[in-house]
Amino acid sequence: MGPIATTISRLYGTRGWIALGAFAAVLFVVFPLLSLAVPEGHALHLSQYWVTLVGKIMCYAIVALAMDLVWGYAGILSLGHGLFFALGGYAMGMHLMRQIGREGQYQSELPDFMVFLDWKAYPWHWWNTDQFWWSALLVVLVPGLLAYVFGYFAFRSRVKGVYFSIITQALTFAAMLLFFRNNTGFGGNNGFTDFKRILGFAITTPETRMALFAVTGAALIGTLLLGRWLVKSKFGRVLMAIRDAEQRVAFCGYDTVNYKLFVWTLSAVLCGIAGALYVPQVGIINPSEMSPANSIEIAIWVAVGGRGTLTGAIVGAGVVNGAKSFFTQAFPEYWLYVLGLLFILVTLFMPQGVVGIVRKWRATK
Amino acid sequence: MKPSEPILMQQAAERVAEDDPAASYLHPLVPGEVDLSHGAILYLDDISVSFDGFQALKKLSLMIEVGELRCVIGPNGAGKTTMMDVITGRTRPDSGSCFFGQSIDLTRLSEAEIAHAGIGRKFQKPTIFESHTVFENLELAMKADKSVRQTLLARLSAEERDRIAETLRLVRLSDSADRVAGLLSHGQKQWLEIGMLLMQEPKLLLLDEPVAGMSDEETERTGELFLALAGSHSLVVVEHDMAFIEKIARKVTVLHEGSVIAEGPMAQVQNDPKVIEVYLGR
Repeated sequence: MGPIATTISRLYGTRGWIALGAFAAVLFVVFPLLSLAVPEGHALHLSQYWVTLVGKIMCYAIVALAMDLVWGYAGILSLGHGLFFALGGYAMGMHLMRQIGREGQYQSELPDFMVFLDWKAYPWHWWNTDQFWWSALLVVLVPGLLAYVFGYFAFRSRVKGVYFSIITQALTFAAMLLFFRNNTGFGGNNGFTDFKRILGFAITTPETRMALFAVTGAALIGTLLLGRWLVKSKFGRVLMAIRDAEQRVAFCGYDTVNYKLFVWTLSAVLCGIAGALYVPQVGIINPSEMSPANSIEIAIWVAVGGRGTLTGAIVGAGVVNGAKSFFTQAFPEYWLYVLGLLFILVTLFMPQGVVGIVRKWRATK
Repeated sequence: MKPSEPILMQQAAERVAEDDPAASYLHPLVPGEVDLSHGAILYLDDISVSFDGFQALKKLSLMIEVGELRCVIGPNGAGKTTMMDVITGRTRPDSGSCFFGQSIDLTRLSEAEIAHAGIGRKFQKPTIFESHTVFENLELAMKADKSVRQTLLARLSAEERDRIAETLRLVRLSDSADRVAGLLSHGQKQWLEIGMLLMQEPKLLLLDEPVAGMSDEETERTGELFLALAGSHSLVVVEHDMAFIEKIARKVTVLHEGSVIAEGPMAQVQNDPKVIEVYLGR
């Protein structure tokens, strides 16, 4: 077997690849067909609502995968992953704001909120954001650099466990307060919205939406395969060993700080990419994405789906967000109770999450 | 330093030695390599450690020779574990020096660097990776480039597989290679941990109560294993089990309240009045 064939068989067995292929077929064939080819009004037509909802959930699933890498495999519980997601979203949002051009309410070169604040020019951090490549670079670099610097100090000072979680929570809260200020230059509490186009295409047409959906689907599958490749490598086994007995790993001669820093930074970058895909689909980004509750919710997705399984992260993000969009429409006032109850039930009765239940059920069959 | 330099230095030293026999003490110093030219692998000199006013080690001095099997005994709180902590870089001494070979100052290295230099430690409580298989435990412990980049792309070579198989045989776990390590018996866990140590190809092995919780037969096998390892490795064994010590000991060091009170063959130490007073006589 060549190296590619061994890698393929190392990642998934035959059944795993078939399942993944079926998933890809639904995303890349069924969805475009039902949404674009089937005429509106037909019983099988898929409305924009569903395309956007599933696209949004896939962005969340990428975040959940990123979370599972650090929490499920390396034992680092982050309660600030929403920050990295929002930063990626803001980086993309800046570009989308500049794509509006003179079509804003004030018909100015500057975004409406800057006109409103009576600013005459873009602040320094908006430099070059009219270039897509530069914004794409920011999507990766800003969350990555922040995570690297934060992680470097936290891991070197051996900040661990609940202390680490609390600091990440404080970090995202501080960032939220910063972004709420108008002076920060990110539109204050309104954030960015009213996007008109992306890469020259009108952003609300069904075709553009489907393209964004497909790119998100590809990113999700790519993230899953990357994660799977990582955890199936010796690197992944070192990560799990760090989770179970970090001191022992150090005595084996591994510099655990570098390992944690690598997976932590990678995780933040993946969140940034997810945020950048999220913003053009939902059409808004504001500081509430950085609220502590949002980041805690990410951890709940992973716990519900099953920690340390990757598939579980995707399942968890799907189940919880599916339930959320149902409940917030049917019984809006009860959603938070449902979420809390779900978390308690999962912790008590399903410590391995949905995937754990399925595995147990399969083993006894 | 370029890899060729030590060789040049050696040639230079040889040349000097031809002319002047007195210069033969010149030998190449390879950074990161243990220099064993003086026959000793570990020197502890005047080490003192205190925690919140409690003096765990008081001017402790100890020297271990290359290939030696040394037993360290002493009552609870004598400082045995603290001594191990100092050697492995887990605790920094307040004063004193700690050298691995002639040239490696252990007080200035991190835990990972010390492990890399060739000191392996077995803890009192067996710490293995419980959710990994026995085979994976040995794979992770194996001496290799342990940087992130190498680990991401690492593949086991046939030679490395053979080494793991060899170690599995040595610690009698060949049949359990694919079992999850958490499911092993206590004695087997101890053996697995010794196997993990051996995979690191250490020059010095520190073993903290290696036979605690083992059956008589397992204890006997462990003794045989240690005697077989001595010579090619240097071993420091901390143990409470006197029968076990008597069986394997060549030279015994007795610690009490953080310093050495006696050192020598077992028979001599057992008859030392100071030792009898603080330890054996009780």
